[in-house]
Amino acid sequence: MALRPRVRTRQTWRARLPDTQLAGILNMSDNALLTVRDVSYAVGPRSIFAGLSLSAQRGGITAIMGPSGTGKTTLLRLLTGQIVPASGELRVFGENPAILARRPLYKLRRRMGMLFQNGALLTDLSVFENVAFPLREHEKLTETQLTERVLAKLQSVGLREASQLMPAELSGGMARRVALARAMITEPELMIYDEPFVGLDPISMGVILRLIKETNDHAGITSLIVSHDVRELAKIADYSYLLSGGRVVAEGSPSQLDNSQEAVVRQFMDGLADGPVPFQYTASGR
Amino acid sequence: MIAALQRIGAIGVFFGRILAGILPALTRPRLIVHQIYNAGARSLIIIMLSGLFVGMVLGLQGFDLLQRIGSEDVLGIGIALALLKQLSPVMTALLFAGRAGTALASEIGLMRATDQLTAMEMMAVDPVHRVVVPRFLGGLIAVPLLVAIFDVIGLYGAHLIAVQQMGIDAGSFWGQTQGAVKLDDVYEGIFKGLVFGLACSLIAVYEGFHAAPTAAGVGLATTRTVVTSSVLILLLNYLLTAFYL
Repeated sequence: MALRPRVRTRQTWRARLPDTQLAGILNMSDNALLTVRDVSYAVGPRSIFAGLSLSAQRGGITAIMGPSGTGKTTLLRLLTGQIVPASGELRVFGENPAILARRPLYKLRRRMGMLFQNGALLTDLSVFENVAFPLREHEKLTETQLTERVLAKLQSVGLREASQLMPAELSGGMARRVALARAMITEPELMIYDEPFVGLDPISMGVILRLIKETNDHAGITSLIVSHDVRELAKIADYSYLLSGGRVVAEGSPSQLDNSQEAVVRQFMDGLADGPVPFQYTASGR
Repeated sequence: MIAALQRIGAIGVFFGRILAGILPALTRPRLIVHQIYNAGARSLIIIMLSGLFVGMVLGLQGFDLLQRIGSEDVLGIGIALALLKQLSPVMTALLFAGRAGTALASEIGLMRATDQLTAMEMMAVDPVHRVVVPRFLGGLIAVPLLVAIFDVIGLYGAHLIAVQQMGIDAGSFWGQTQGAVKLDDVYEGIFKGLVFGLACSLIAVYEGFHAAPTAAGVGLATTRTVVTSSVLILLLNYLLTAFYL
Protein backbone atom coordinates (compact mmCIF):
# COMPACT_ATOMS: atom_id res chain seq x y z
CA MET A 1 0.00 0.00 0.00
CA ALA A 2 1.33 3.43 -0.89
CA LEU A 3 2.08 5.47 2.19
CA ARG A 4 1.10 9.10 2.21
CA PRO A 5 4.08 11.08 3.51
CA ARG A 6 3.54 13.18 6.55
CA VAL A 7 4.30 16.74 5.59
CA ARG A 8 3.50 19.68 7.79
CA THR A 9 1.10 22.20 6.43
CA ARG A 10 1.76 25.88 6.06
CA GLN A 11 -0.51 26.44 9.06
CA THR A 12 1.82 24.50 11.34
CA TRP A 13 4.80 26.48 10.09
CA ARG A 14 2.93 29.73 10.57
CA ALA A 15 1.87 28.63 14.03
CA ARG A 16 5.49 28.33 15.05
CA LEU A 17 6.51 31.78 13.81
CA PRO A 18 6.76 34.70 16.27
CA ASP A 19 3.68 36.91 16.14
CA THR A 20 5.55 39.87 14.66
CA GLN A 21 6.88 37.79 11.79
CA LEU A 22 3.51 36.22 11.18
CA ALA A 23 1.82 39.61 11.05
CA GLY A 24 4.42 40.81 8.53
CA ILE A 25 3.88 37.83 6.27
CA LEU A 26 0.12 38.06 6.37
CA ASN A 27 0.22 41.79 5.62
CA MET A 28 2.31 41.17 2.53
CA SER A 29 -0.77 40.20 0.56
CA ASP A 30 -1.85 43.88 0.59
CA ASN A 31 0.83 44.71 -1.95
CA ALA A 32 0.58 41.47 -3.89
CA LEU A 33 0.98 41.57 -7.65
CA LEU A 34 -0.16 37.99 -7.93
CA THR A 35 -2.08 35.79 -5.57
CA VAL A 36 -3.06 32.13 -5.55
CA ARG A 37 -5.90 31.16 -3.25
CA ASP A 38 -6.93 27.58 -2.47
CA VAL A 39 -6.02 26.39 -5.93
CA SER A 40 -6.43 22.73 -6.78
CA TYR A 41 -5.23 21.09 -9.95
CA ALA A 42 -4.97 17.47 -11.03
CA VAL A 43 -3.66 15.61 -14.05
CA GLY A 44 -5.99 12.64 -14.42
CA PRO A 45 -6.25 10.91 -11.06
CA ARG A 46 -3.02 12.50 -9.81
CA SER A 47 -3.48 15.58 -7.67
CA ILE A 48 -0.79 18.22 -8.26
CA PHE A 49 -2.15 20.97 -6.01
CA ALA A 50 -4.69 20.71 -3.22
CA GLY A 51 -5.57 24.06 -1.71
CA LEU A 52 -2.42 25.91 -2.74
CA SER A 53 -2.18 29.53 -1.55
CA LEU A 54 0.64 32.01 -1.99
CA SER A 55 1.37 35.52 -3.22
CA ALA A 56 4.19 37.59 -4.73
CA GLN A 57 4.83 41.17 -3.69
CA ARG A 58 5.29 44.05 -6.10
CA GLY A 59 8.92 44.90 -6.67
CA GLY A 60 10.18 41.85 -4.81
CA ILE A 61 11.84 38.60 -5.78
CA THR A 62 9.68 35.66 -4.74
CA ALA A 63 11.10 32.18 -4.93
CA ILE A 64 9.07 29.02 -5.33
CA MET A 65 11.12 26.05 -4.21
CA GLY A 66 10.40 22.41 -3.91
CA PRO A 67 11.51 18.94 -4.90
CA SER A 68 11.32 17.87 -8.54
CA GLY A 69 7.83 16.86 -9.61
CA THR A 70 6.13 18.95 -6.97
CA GLY A 71 4.37 21.11 -9.56
CA LYS A 72 6.51 24.25 -9.67
CA THR A 73 6.37 24.59 -13.45
CA THR A 74 2.67 23.66 -13.37
CA LEU A 75 2.15 26.61 -11.04
CA LEU A 76 3.74 28.92 -13.62
CA ARG A 77 1.51 27.48 -16.32
CA LEU A 78 -1.51 28.20 -14.12
CA LEU A 79 -0.38 31.75 -13.45
CA THR A 80 0.16 32.46 -17.14
CA GLY A 81 -3.18 31.03 -18.20
CA GLN A 82 -1.77 28.06 -20.09
CA ILE A 83 -3.83 25.69 -17.99
CA VAL A 84 -6.90 26.17 -15.80
CA PRO A 85 -7.23 25.10 -12.16
CA ALA A 86 -9.98 22.74 -11.04
CA SER A 87 -10.89 25.11 -8.23
CA GLY A 88 -9.57 28.16 -6.39
CA GLU A 89 -8.72 31.63 -7.55
CA LEU A 90 -5.73 33.15 -9.32
CA ARG A 91 -5.05 36.87 -9.58
CA VAL A 92 -2.31 38.39 -11.70
CA PHE A 93 -2.39 42.19 -12.04
CA GLY A 94 -5.86 41.88 -10.51
CA GLU A 95 -7.13 39.62 -13.27
CA ASN A 96 -7.87 35.92 -13.29
CA PRO A 97 -5.92 34.39 -16.21
CA ALA A 98 -7.97 31.18 -15.97
CA ILE A 99 -11.15 32.85 -17.22
CA LEU A 100 -9.76 35.31 -19.74
CA ALA A 101 -10.45 34.92 -23.46
CA ARG A 102 -7.49 34.78 -25.82
CA ARG A 103 -7.26 38.51 -26.58
CA PRO A 104 -7.37 39.82 -22.97
CA LEU A 105 -5.10 36.97 -21.92
CA TYR A 106 -2.53 38.05 -24.51
CA LYS A 107 -2.93 41.63 -23.27
CA LEU A 108 -2.17 40.40 -19.76
CA ARG A 109 0.82 38.40 -20.96
CA ARG A 110 2.31 41.48 -22.58
CA ARG A 111 2.89 42.72 -19.04
CA MET A 112 4.90 39.58 -18.26
CA GLY A 113 8.19 38.16 -19.41
CA MET A 114 9.05 34.51 -19.03
CA LEU A 115 12.37 32.74 -19.07
CA PHE A 116 11.87 29.10 -20.00
CA GLN A 117 13.87 26.28 -18.50
CA ASN A 118 15.33 25.39 -21.92
CA GLY A 119 15.40 28.94 -23.27
CA ALA A 120 12.80 28.12 -25.95
CA LEU A 121 14.61 30.23 -28.53
CA LEU A 122 13.09 30.20 -32.01
CA THR A 123 15.56 27.95 -33.79
CA ASP A 124 15.08 29.37 -37.28
CA LEU A 125 15.90 32.93 -36.17
CA SER A 126 19.27 34.43 -35.28
CA VAL A 127 20.06 35.70 -31.79
CA PHE A 128 19.28 39.24 -32.95
CA GLU A 129 15.95 38.26 -34.48
CA ASN A 130 15.00 36.22 -31.42
CA VAL A 131 15.45 39.24 -29.17
CA ALA A 132 13.78 41.51 -31.74
CA PHE A 133 10.82 39.14 -32.11
CA PRO A 134 8.51 40.65 -29.43
CA LEU A 135 9.34 44.17 -30.61
CA ARG A 136 8.56 43.35 -34.24
CA GLU A 137 5.28 41.78 -33.15
CA HIS A 138 4.05 44.44 -30.75
CA GLU A 139 5.81 47.75 -31.27
CA LYS A 140 6.02 49.99 -34.28
CA LEU A 141 9.69 50.93 -34.33
CA THR A 142 11.96 52.00 -37.14
CA GLU A 143 14.69 49.52 -38.00
CA THR A 144 17.24 51.86 -36.42
CA GLN A 145 15.31 52.13 -33.15
CA LEU A 146 14.77 48.38 -33.07
CA THR A 147 18.44 47.63 -33.72
CA GLU A 148 19.51 50.04 -30.97
CA ARG A 149 17.21 48.47 -28.40
CA VAL A 150 18.09 44.90 -29.31
CA LEU A 151 21.84 45.52 -29.29
CA ALA A 152 21.59 47.41 -26.00
CA LYS A 153 19.75 44.49 -24.44
CA LEU A 154 22.23 42.01 -25.86
CA GLN A 155 25.01 44.20 -24.47
CA SER A 156 23.43 43.95 -21.01
CA VAL A 157 23.64 40.16 -21.14
CA GLY A 158 27.12 40.25 -22.64
CA LEU A 159 26.18 38.88 -26.05
CA ARG A 160 26.23 41.88 -28.38
CA GLU A 161 28.93 40.25 -30.47
CA ALA A 162 26.84 37.06 -30.77
CA SER A 163 23.89 38.82 -32.38
CA GLN A 164 24.27 37.07 -35.73
CA LEU A 165 24.75 33.57 -34.35
CA MET A 166 21.99 30.99 -34.63
CA PRO A 167 20.60 29.31 -31.47
CA ALA A 168 22.26 26.01 -32.44
CA GLU A 169 25.66 27.74 -32.20
CA LEU A 170 25.14 28.87 -28.59
CA SER A 171 26.14 27.14 -25.37
CA GLY A 172 23.44 26.44 -22.77
CA GLY A 173 24.43 29.47 -20.71
CA MET A 174 24.49 31.77 -23.75
CA ALA A 175 21.09 30.51 -24.90
CA ARG A 176 19.66 31.22 -21.43
CA ARG A 177 21.08 34.77 -21.56
CA VAL A 178 19.60 35.36 -25.02
CA ALA A 179 16.25 34.08 -23.75
CA LEU A 180 16.57 36.45 -20.79
CA ALA A 181 17.26 39.36 -23.14
CA ARG A 182 14.22 38.40 -25.22
CA ALA A 183 12.00 38.14 -22.14
CA MET A 184 13.12 41.56 -20.89
CA ILE A 185 13.21 43.48 -24.18
CA THR A 186 9.62 44.71 -23.78
CA GLU A 187 10.34 45.80 -20.19
CA PRO A 188 7.63 43.70 -18.52
CA GLU A 189 6.28 44.46 -15.06
CA LEU A 190 6.51 40.83 -14.00
CA MET A 191 9.37 38.47 -14.83
CA ILE A 192 8.84 34.76 -14.40
CA TYR A 193 11.84 32.46 -14.32
CA ASP A 194 11.39 28.72 -14.72
CA GLU A 195 14.43 26.89 -13.32
CA PRO A 196 16.88 29.56 -14.54
CA PHE A 197 19.96 27.86 -13.07
CA VAL A 198 19.51 24.31 -14.34
CA GLY A 199 22.51 22.95 -16.21
CA LEU A 200 24.60 26.11 -15.91
CA ASP A 201 28.27 26.27 -15.00
CA PRO A 202 29.14 28.41 -11.93
CA ILE A 203 30.13 31.41 -14.06
CA SER A 204 26.97 31.38 -16.15
CA MET A 205 24.92 30.84 -13.01
CA GLY A 206 26.56 33.84 -11.35
CA VAL A 207 25.87 35.98 -14.43
CA ILE A 208 22.21 34.94 -14.56
CA LEU A 209 21.84 35.58 -10.82
CA ARG A 210 23.33 39.05 -11.19
CA LEU A 211 21.13 39.81 -14.19
CA ILE A 212 17.98 38.75 -12.36
CA LYS A 213 18.89 40.81 -9.32
CA GLU A 214 19.93 43.89 -11.32
CA THR A 215 16.88 43.73 -13.54
CA ASN A 216 14.62 43.48 -10.54
CA ASP A 217 16.29 46.32 -8.64
CA HIS A 218 16.95 48.75 -11.48
CA ALA A 219 13.79 48.27 -13.52
CA GLY A 220 11.59 47.99 -10.44
CA ILE A 221 9.85 44.90 -11.71
CA THR A 222 8.46 41.94 -9.79
CA SER A 223 10.19 38.60 -10.12
CA LEU A 224 8.91 35.11 -9.54
CA ILE A 225 11.54 32.39 -9.65
CA VAL A 226 10.83 28.70 -9.68
CA SER A 227 13.86 26.64 -8.80
CA HIS A 228 15.28 24.03 -6.49
CA ASP A 229 18.69 25.68 -6.22
CA VAL A 230 18.28 26.66 -2.59
CA ARG A 231 21.67 28.27 -2.08
CA GLU A 232 21.47 30.37 -5.23
CA LEU A 233 17.95 31.58 -4.50
CA ALA A 234 18.91 32.54 -0.95
CA LYS A 235 21.28 35.13 -2.41
CA ILE A 236 18.59 37.10 -4.21
CA ALA A 237 15.11 36.12 -3.00
CA ASP A 238 13.15 38.41 -0.71
CA TYR A 239 10.62 35.75 0.17
CA SER A 240 10.43 32.03 -0.47
CA TYR A 241 7.80 29.36 -0.56
CA LEU A 242 8.58 25.71 -0.18
CA LEU A 243 6.11 23.42 -1.96
CA SER A 244 5.58 19.77 -1.31
CA GLY A 245 2.66 17.42 -1.67
CA GLY A 246 0.59 19.97 -3.55
CA ARG A 247 0.70 22.75 -0.99
CA VAL A 248 2.98 25.27 0.70
CA VAL A 249 4.72 23.54 3.58
CA ALA A 250 6.91 26.45 4.60
CA GLU A 251 7.43 30.08 3.72
CA GLY A 252 9.50 33.02 4.82
CA SER A 253 12.66 34.95 4.07
CA PRO A 254 15.69 32.88 3.00
CA SER A 255 17.22 33.26 6.45
CA GLN A 256 13.99 32.15 8.13
CA LEU A 257 13.91 29.01 6.03
CA ASP A 258 17.60 28.44 6.54
CA ASN A 259 17.20 28.62 10.32
CA SER A 260 14.03 26.57 10.46
CA GLN A 261 14.10 23.29 12.32
CA GLU A 262 10.99 21.94 10.60
CA ALA A 263 11.73 18.46 9.32
CA VAL A 264 10.44 19.10 5.81
CA VAL A 265 12.41 22.34 5.52
CA ARG A 266 15.59 20.75 6.83
CA GLN A 267 15.21 17.81 4.48
CA PHE A 268 14.96 20.11 1.48
CA MET A 269 17.58 22.66 2.58
CA ASP A 270 20.09 19.97 3.52
CA GLY A 271 19.28 17.64 0.62
CA LEU A 272 18.40 14.60 2.72
CA ALA A 273 16.88 11.46 1.25
CA ASP A 274 15.13 10.59 4.52
CA GLY A 275 12.37 12.82 5.77
CA PRO A 276 8.73 13.74 5.35
CA VAL A 277 9.08 14.06 1.58
CA PRO A 278 9.57 10.56 0.16
CA PHE A 279 12.52 9.98 -2.13
CA GLN A 280 10.85 6.93 -3.62
CA TYR A 281 8.06 7.60 -6.11
CA THR A 282 4.70 6.23 -5.06
CA ALA A 283 1.84 5.36 -7.37
CA SER A 284 -0.38 7.96 -5.70
CA GLY A 285 2.12 10.62 -6.69
CA ARG A 286 2.62 11.71 -3.09
CA MET B 1 -16.18 6.18 -34.36
CA ILE B 2 -16.72 8.89 -31.76
CA ALA B 3 -12.99 9.51 -31.65
CA ALA B 4 -12.91 9.90 -35.43
CA LEU B 5 -15.79 12.37 -35.32
CA GLN B 6 -14.07 14.28 -32.53
CA ARG B 7 -10.91 14.47 -34.62
CA ILE B 8 -12.82 15.73 -37.65
CA GLY B 9 -14.48 18.32 -35.44
CA ALA B 10 -11.14 19.37 -33.98
CA ILE B 11 -9.66 19.74 -37.47
CA GLY B 12 -12.70 21.83 -38.45
CA VAL B 13 -12.26 24.14 -35.46
CA PHE B 14 -8.54 24.44 -36.21
CA PHE B 15 -9.36 25.27 -39.84
CA GLY B 16 -11.63 28.03 -38.55
CA ARG B 17 -8.73 29.49 -36.56
CA ILE B 18 -6.57 29.35 -39.68
CA LEU B 19 -9.22 31.10 -41.78
CA ALA B 20 -9.47 33.82 -39.14
CA GLY B 21 -5.73 34.33 -39.39
CA ILE B 22 -5.47 34.55 -43.17
CA LEU B 23 -6.23 38.27 -43.52
CA PRO B 24 -3.66 39.33 -40.87
CA ALA B 25 -1.12 36.97 -42.46
CA LEU B 26 -1.57 38.63 -45.84
CA THR B 27 -0.14 41.82 -44.36
CA ARG B 28 3.16 39.93 -44.01
CA PRO B 29 3.70 38.50 -47.48
CA ARG B 30 7.36 37.80 -46.77
CA LEU B 31 6.45 34.99 -44.37
CA ILE B 32 4.15 33.40 -46.97
CA VAL B 33 6.68 33.73 -49.79
CA HIS B 34 9.27 32.06 -47.56
CA GLN B 35 6.91 29.15 -46.99
CA ILE B 36 6.05 28.86 -50.71
CA TYR B 37 9.79 28.55 -51.25
CA ASN B 38 10.11 25.95 -48.48
CA ALA B 39 7.15 23.84 -49.57
CA GLY B 40 7.23 24.50 -53.31
CA ALA B 41 10.67 25.36 -54.62
CA ARG B 42 12.32 22.71 -52.47
CA SER B 43 9.94 20.10 -53.91
CA LEU B 44 10.73 21.02 -57.51
CA ILE B 45 13.39 18.39 -58.16
CA ILE B 46 11.30 15.48 -56.90
CA ILE B 47 8.22 16.76 -58.77
CA MET B 48 10.07 17.25 -62.04
CA LEU B 49 11.82 13.89 -61.89
CA SER B 50 8.58 12.11 -61.03
CA GLY B 51 6.71 13.97 -63.76
CA LEU B 52 9.31 12.97 -66.32
CA PHE B 53 9.21 9.28 -65.41
CA VAL B 54 5.41 9.16 -65.16
CA GLY B 55 5.16 10.75 -68.63
CA MET B 56 7.69 8.28 -70.02
CA VAL B 57 5.85 5.28 -68.55
CA LEU B 58 2.57 6.57 -69.96
CA GLY B 59 4.26 6.88 -73.35
CA LEU B 60 5.58 3.32 -73.24
CA GLN B 61 2.48 1.68 -71.84
CA GLY B 62 0.07 3.76 -73.94
CA PHE B 63 1.96 3.04 -77.13
CA ASP B 64 1.95 -0.70 -76.41
CA LEU B 65 -1.78 -0.67 -75.72
CA LEU B 66 -2.83 1.51 -78.66
CA GLN B 67 -0.55 -0.30 -81.09
CA ARG B 68 -2.52 -3.49 -80.45
CA ILE B 69 -5.69 -1.84 -81.74
CA GLY B 70 -3.94 0.26 -84.35
CA SER B 71 -4.70 3.62 -82.74
CA GLU B 72 -1.23 4.99 -81.96
CA ASP B 73 -2.29 8.37 -83.36
CA VAL B 74 -4.42 9.13 -80.32
CA LEU B 75 -1.59 8.42 -77.90
CA GLY B 76 -1.03 12.12 -77.26
CA ILE B 77 -4.68 12.69 -76.34
CA GLY B 78 -4.78 9.73 -73.95
CA ILE B 79 -1.57 10.74 -72.20
CA ALA B 80 -2.53 14.41 -71.96
CA LEU B 81 -5.95 13.72 -70.47
CA ALA B 82 -4.63 11.10 -68.05
CA LEU B 83 -1.88 13.43 -66.93
CA LEU B 84 -3.75 16.72 -66.73
CA LYS B 85 -6.93 15.43 -65.10
CA GLN B 86 -5.74 12.56 -62.88
CA LEU B 87 -2.12 11.57 -62.55
CA SER B 88 -0.57 14.99 -62.31
CA PRO B 89 -2.65 16.38 -59.42
CA VAL B 90 -2.76 13.07 -57.54
CA MET B 91 0.95 12.26 -57.92
CA THR B 92 1.97 15.83 -57.11
CA ALA B 93 -0.18 15.88 -53.98
CA LEU B 94 1.10 12.48 -52.81
CA LEU B 95 4.68 13.59 -53.34
CA PHE B 96 3.96 16.91 -51.63
CA ALA B 97 2.48 15.10 -48.62
CA GLY B 98 5.53 12.86 -48.43
CA ARG B 99 8.12 15.62 -48.71
CA ALA B 100 6.71 18.97 -47.66
CA GLY B 101 3.80 17.71 -45.52
CA THR B 102 6.04 15.63 -43.29
CA ALA B 103 8.54 18.49 -43.07
CA LEU B 104 5.76 20.85 -41.97
CA ALA B 105 4.39 18.44 -39.38
CA SER B 106 7.76 17.60 -37.89
CA GLU B 107 8.91 21.22 -37.86
CA ILE B 108 5.82 22.45 -36.02
CA GLY B 109 5.81 19.36 -33.78
CA LEU B 110 9.42 20.02 -32.82
CA MET B 111 8.56 23.65 -32.09
CA ARG B 112 5.85 22.36 -29.76
CA ALA B 113 8.24 19.88 -28.09
CA THR B 114 10.90 22.55 -27.50
CA ASP B 115 8.43 25.08 -26.06
CA GLN B 116 8.87 27.47 -28.98
CA LEU B 117 5.11 27.67 -29.53
CA THR B 118 4.51 28.17 -25.81
CA ALA B 119 7.18 30.89 -25.79
CA MET B 120 5.30 32.66 -28.58
CA GLU B 121 2.07 32.42 -26.63
CA MET B 122 3.85 33.85 -23.60
CA MET B 123 5.03 36.75 -25.78
CA ALA B 124 1.35 37.31 -26.65
CA VAL B 125 1.92 36.12 -30.20
CA ASP B 126 -0.62 33.64 -31.52
CA PRO B 127 1.40 30.74 -32.99
CA VAL B 128 -1.51 29.89 -35.28
CA HIS B 129 -1.16 33.29 -36.94
CA ARG B 130 2.63 33.44 -36.87
CA VAL B 131 3.59 29.82 -37.60
CA VAL B 132 0.60 27.86 -38.89
CA VAL B 133 -1.14 30.24 -41.31
CA PRO B 134 1.95 31.15 -43.41
CA ARG B 135 2.83 27.46 -43.73
CA PHE B 136 -0.75 26.55 -44.63
CA LEU B 137 -0.92 29.27 -47.28
CA GLY B 138 2.52 28.30 -48.58
CA GLY B 139 1.33 24.73 -49.20
CA LEU B 140 -2.02 25.85 -50.58
CA ILE B 141 -0.34 28.07 -53.18
CA ALA B 142 2.57 25.74 -53.95
CA VAL B 143 0.64 22.57 -54.87
CA PRO B 144 -1.30 23.96 -57.91
CA LEU B 145 1.94 25.48 -59.19
CA LEU B 146 3.69 22.14 -58.78
CA VAL B 147 0.80 20.44 -60.60
CA ALA B 148 1.31 22.78 -63.57
CA ILE B 149 5.03 21.96 -63.61
CA PHE B 150 4.27 18.22 -63.34
CA ASP B 151 1.91 18.62 -66.35
CA VAL B 152 4.57 20.21 -68.53
CA ILE B 153 7.38 17.83 -67.58
CA GLY B 154 5.08 14.79 -67.83
CA LEU B 155 4.00 15.73 -71.35
CA TYR B 156 7.63 16.25 -72.29
CA GLY B 157 8.48 12.77 -70.93
CA ALA B 158 5.67 11.25 -72.98
CA HIS B 159 6.90 13.16 -76.05
CA LEU B 160 10.40 11.75 -75.55
CA ILE B 161 9.13 8.18 -75.65
CA ALA B 162 6.30 8.49 -78.17
CA VAL B 163 8.01 10.74 -80.71
CA GLN B 164 11.74 10.24 -80.17
CA GLN B 165 11.74 6.52 -79.35
CA MET B 166 8.57 5.02 -80.85
CA GLY B 167 8.56 7.16 -83.94
CA ILE B 168 5.10 8.72 -83.74
CA ASP B 169 4.93 11.85 -85.84
CA ALA B 170 5.44 14.92 -83.67
CA GLY B 171 2.86 16.96 -85.59
CA SER B 172 0.27 14.24 -85.15
CA PHE B 173 1.14 13.80 -81.45
CA TRP B 174 0.83 17.48 -80.56
CA GLY B 175 -1.88 18.32 -83.11
CA GLN B 176 -4.26 15.64 -81.85
CA THR B 177 -3.52 16.65 -78.28
CA GLN B 178 -4.13 20.33 -78.98
CA GLY B 179 -7.39 19.56 -80.75
CA ALA B 180 -8.86 17.26 -78.11
CA VAL B 181 -7.67 18.76 -74.85
CA LYS B 182 -9.66 21.76 -73.66
CA LEU B 183 -8.55 24.46 -71.29
CA ASP B 184 -11.16 23.19 -68.82
CA ASP B 185 -9.21 19.92 -68.60
CA VAL B 186 -6.16 21.87 -67.51
CA TYR B 187 -8.22 23.89 -65.02
CA GLU B 188 -9.68 20.67 -63.60
CA GLY B 189 -6.22 19.39 -62.73
CA ILE B 190 -5.14 22.72 -61.28
CA PHE B 191 -8.33 22.96 -59.21
CA LYS B 192 -7.73 19.45 -57.90
CA GLY B 193 -4.24 20.56 -56.98
CA LEU B 194 -5.69 23.48 -55.03
CA VAL B 195 -8.06 21.18 -53.12
CA PHE B 196 -5.34 18.60 -52.45
CA GLY B 197 -2.96 21.37 -51.39
CA LEU B 198 -5.54 22.62 -48.90
CA ALA B 199 -6.13 19.12 -47.54
CA CYS B 200 -2.43 18.19 -47.28
CA SER B 201 -1.39 21.50 -45.71
CA LEU B 202 -4.28 21.44 -43.23
CA ILE B 203 -3.51 17.89 -42.14
CA ALA B 204 0.22 18.63 -41.83
CA VAL B 205 -0.14 21.79 -39.74
CA TYR B 206 -2.89 20.24 -37.60
CA GLU B 207 -0.86 17.12 -36.83
CA GLY B 208 2.28 19.13 -36.12
CA PHE B 209 0.50 21.67 -33.93
CA HIS B 210 -1.20 18.97 -31.88
CA ALA B 211 1.75 16.59 -31.68
CA ALA B 212 2.62 15.26 -28.24
CA PRO B 213 5.76 17.12 -27.06
CA THR B 214 8.01 14.08 -27.29
CA ALA B 215 10.21 12.46 -29.94
CA ALA B 216 7.60 9.72 -30.36
CA GLY B 217 4.86 12.33 -30.59
CA VAL B 218 6.60 14.15 -33.43
CA GLY B 219 7.23 10.85 -35.21
CA LEU B 220 3.60 9.87 -34.85
CA ALA B 221 2.44 13.24 -36.17
CA THR B 222 4.66 12.81 -39.22
CA THR B 223 3.35 9.33 -39.92
CA ARG B 224 -0.25 10.40 -39.47
CA THR B 225 0.32 13.28 -41.85
CA VAL B 226 1.41 10.98 -44.67
CA VAL B 227 -1.23 8.32 -44.06
CA THR B 228 -4.17 10.70 -43.60
CA SER B 229 -3.12 12.95 -46.48
CA SER B 230 -2.66 10.03 -48.87
CA VAL B 231 -6.05 8.51 -48.14
CA LEU B 232 -7.71 11.92 -48.25
CA ILE B 233 -6.13 12.76 -51.61
CA LEU B 234 -7.44 9.55 -53.18
CA LEU B 235 -10.89 10.02 -51.66
CA LEU B 236 -11.10 13.65 -52.77
CA ASN B 237 -9.85 12.70 -56.23
CA TYR B 238 -12.71 10.26 -56.61
CA LEU B 239 -15.27 12.82 -55.45
CA LEU B 240 -13.89 15.57 -57.69
CA THR B 241 -13.68 13.25 -60.69
CA ALA B 242 -17.28 12.19 -60.17
CA PHE B 243 -18.25 15.86 -59.85
CA TYR B 244 -16.52 16.87 -63.08
CA LEU B 245 -17.94 13.95 -65.07
